[in-house]
Amino acid sequence: MSTPHSSDAPRAVTVDPGTPLLSVENLEVAFRTQDGFVPAVRGVSFDIYPGETMAIVGESGSGKSTTAQAIIKLLPGSGQITGGAVRFEGRDLTKLGRSEIEDVRGKLIGMVPQDPMNSLNPVHRIGFQVEETILANGQADGRRAARKRAIQVLQEAGLADADKRLRQFPHEFSGGMRQRVLIGIGLSSDPKLLIADEPTSALDVTVQKRILDHLETLTAERNTAVLFITHDLGLAAERAENLVVMHRGRIVESGPALEILQNPQHPYTQRLVSAAPSLASQRIQAAVTGSADPLAGKLQDTTGTVDLASIAHTEAVVAPPVIEFRDVTKVYKLRGSGFRSTDFTAVDRMSFQVPKGSTMAIVGESGSGKSTAAKMLLRLETKTSGSILVNGQDTDELSRRDLQALRRQMQPVFQDPYGSLDPLHNIGNTVAEPLRVHGVGDAASRRARVLEVLDQVALPASVADRYPNELSGGQRQRVAIARALALKPEIVVLDEAVSALDVLVQAQVLNLLAELQSELDLTYLFITHDLAVVRVIADHVCVMEKGRVVEQGTVDDIFANPQQEYTDRLLQAIPGASITLGGR
Amino acid sequence: MSDKLPVRRMAHYVADADEGGLGAVDAVRVSERKSNLWLDAWRDLRGRWMFWVAGVFVLFLVVVAMFPSLFAPVDPFSCQLSDSNAGPREGHPFGFNFQGCDVYSRVVHGTSTSLSVGLIVTLIIAVMGIVIGAFAGFFGGWIDSLLMRIGDMFFAIPYVLAAVVIMSMFLQNRNIFVVSLAIGFFGWPATARILRAEILRVRSSDYVMASEALGVSRVRTMFTHVLPNSIAPVIVLSTVGLAAAITAEATLSFLGVGLPPEFISWGNDIALAQNRLRTDPMPLIWPSIALSLTVLSFIMLGETVRDALDPKARALR
Repeated sequence: MSTPHSSDAPRAVTVDPGTPLLSVENLEVAFRTQDGFVPAVRGVSFDIYPGETMAIVGESGSGKSTTAQAIIKLLPGSGQITGGAVRFEGRDLTKLGRSEIEDVRGKLIGMVPQDPMNSLNPVHRIGFQVEETILANGQADGRRAARKRAIQVLQEAGLADADKRLRQFPHEFSGGMRQRVLIGIGLSSDPKLLIADEPTSALDVTVQKRILDHLETLTAERNTAVLFITHDLGLAAERAENLVVMHRGRIVESGPALEILQNPQHPYTQRLVSAAPSLASQRIQAAVTGSADPLAGKLQDTTGTVDLASIAHTEAVVAPPVIEFRDVTKVYKLRGSGFRSTDFTAVDRMSFQVPKGSTMAIVGESGSGKSTAAKMLLRLETKTSGSILVNGQDTDELSRRDLQALRRQMQPVFQDPYGSLDPLHNIGNTVAEPLRVHGVGDAASRRARVLEVLDQVALPASVADRYPNELSGGQRQRVAIARALALKPEIVVLDEAVSALDVLVQAQVLNLLAELQSELDLTYLFITHDLAVVRVIADHVCVMEKGRVVEQGTVDDIFANPQQEYTDRLLQAIPGASITLGGR
Repeated sequence: MSDKLPVRRMAHYVADADEGGLGAVDAVRVSERKSNLWLDAWRDLRGRWMFWVAGVFVLFLVVVAMFPSLFAPVDPFSCQLSDSNAGPREGHPFGFNFQGCDVYSRVVHGTSTSLSVGLIVTLIIAVMGIVIGAFAGFFGGWIDSLLMRIGDMFFAIPYVLAAVVIMSMFLQNRNIFVVSLAIGFFGWPATARILRAEILRVRSSDYVMASEALGVSRVRTMFTHVLPNSIAPVIVLSTVGLAAAITAEATLSFLGVGLPPEFISWGNDIALAQNRLRTDPMPLIWPSIALSLTVLSFIMLGETVRDALDPKARALR
């Protein structure tokens, strides 16, 4: 075998695996740009044997998707395979012509695309799209046979009422159902290899788990080999036997999944493993030291601080919670047919309290109303009923001027680090904007404050006169945090603030948030869909389902002992949660 | 975990520690050059030869329009019927037209008419389009519907027809402003529509929401964040529209409803020369060439600006 890293490997524990199904040898891919060829994949080699599940893990820009695209020669326009070979059952796919590779795609190698929302043509019925694939792969001759097979495919993919579903359009399907259709299409011709590129990253965790379970059953039945492309180390370890970790176009580590997770060798993999929130089990410590949590009622007995702690305790009980929601409800009017409108309750009698210096996480799947709650606190949405109290004051009773003062104390950080900064304003102006708006200081003192907060979020002063598009996602999110901190607020509302970031950058930002909290005694309202992130950043958690709070309490209690079936399901769905790591 | 027994044991391979380039994850790298939309566009424009050719030619036209006597010392109005349709001779490189006027001089002096009409029309369209589009996009609701329906009505009227009607209302005092108004008054819906669409796009972006959550007023958000980020397509449309306005003036003048004969205009001269096209085509061809070159250079300028402002077009090059 010409794979360099497996030449001295102990092969075949129980069964002789024979020859590999897919063998990628020294693959090189480059993209053509104005400055010549830029390499994206550099000397990547791995084998996949029949029936095996392999995962390629990496951050964005690591070349994991490019590798998958190169295997079936679906590289985007400016991409080119510049070296190496992709052998599939002995045939070098890189040497095949257009029509030959089209025979391989679909028939021998199936593909499940990343984004179920955009991967089905919205103007064609589901049935047409499934039948099209079946006919193209020669799975049936004639429309009638194709229809029969299509029903079968959708049934296997786990859709009830498959024959009715065929007549529906993609917009009538939820994300999970669409992904089932796509998996069905991918597996319809019994391919020997299925490439799944981030197949569930756009879906809610519980849906993700069900889909992946189903995919596992289907591929196990057919002995289909699966190549997973994912950014989630926990998910990869849970679903694949072997892992390939890629970083900047190279393989940094590969081998059995559990072994890599429990004993990562390469410094990059080590950091990736320790940064993955799904694999962590503890709150980031920086915050806990500064702010013991009075409502949790179980202060840790650190030596000699008993008196201080009890004083802090009594004080905290007297002081009102920084944020309090009392029966807050938000009803949207949805336009129905004609002039009638129907009510949609996005948030239903939500109540919670957040003590000073702590983090409250609101968790839920998409459509649970968690973001609406944050927007009502920020007064970007008006509530229908109930009251929101900040520092014990009802926000409805505030005058215009007091409201402006309230805005100073309450600053937001939004999800998309690429969208939340105005591309035409330089970083210095962006961070100074809240200061200008609230008329704080003169130009010189504002400039000084800008440099101070940039320093707090670990950005160099030189960033101040740069523009957002020069910064990476993590850096932009730090700028957004700096902007939120400029006015020295008490409360920071973080709406999915780390969801769009790569694992390592996410860990950096979470650490930064924890440090800032203990340094500045900040109160966080943290909106997220990711329970794994909740564990590392929050003290309290509020689990929402369909606008209602189904369970709330301290993070430790809820994670250790969920009372509601829904919460339990969410916790079970965290990929990699069951994997125990050495040294923890 | 899967219950399947691994069919084989994959070797645990570890790359050399330095291969990953781990430092890059932590380092804050700031590129050498500052960059934002406008700086990038300028950098991109600088590298295009088409921009320089069109730009220099437009600049040349502006100089000609401002100081025509520098280029054509002969008075375009001192015409001698004895020179009617005479061929080129020294000092009169393009010959004479039917009235015995110097064609070269008339072409040079006609530049300022065309350019002024182009600029004024563009200004009218841009101002009306931006104001109406911004109102529609910013307020939304019934204001938006009303303004856009009015725009649709204006769209539905062929502009030549509309301009002919307007011009015939001003038979007595036609001048450059009246012609510009007649052309520009019906041109704003396209600009308004594009700006409105851009404003709607920008308004839903996170940075606008962030700005509102920070306590910035809606009007101020509109001027500091929304408008500056929506204006690029309007600029592109205006540069291309300038060429269209110059053509429109020539068309109206050719049809006899544009500028009166006291004004030297390429459109007027082309109309005048067409009667004797078969026997003496040159008085028609010269102003036509001037018109084509001017329109072409503005279109080229518009195209390069569009490509420079559109990052997608830039990447494809």
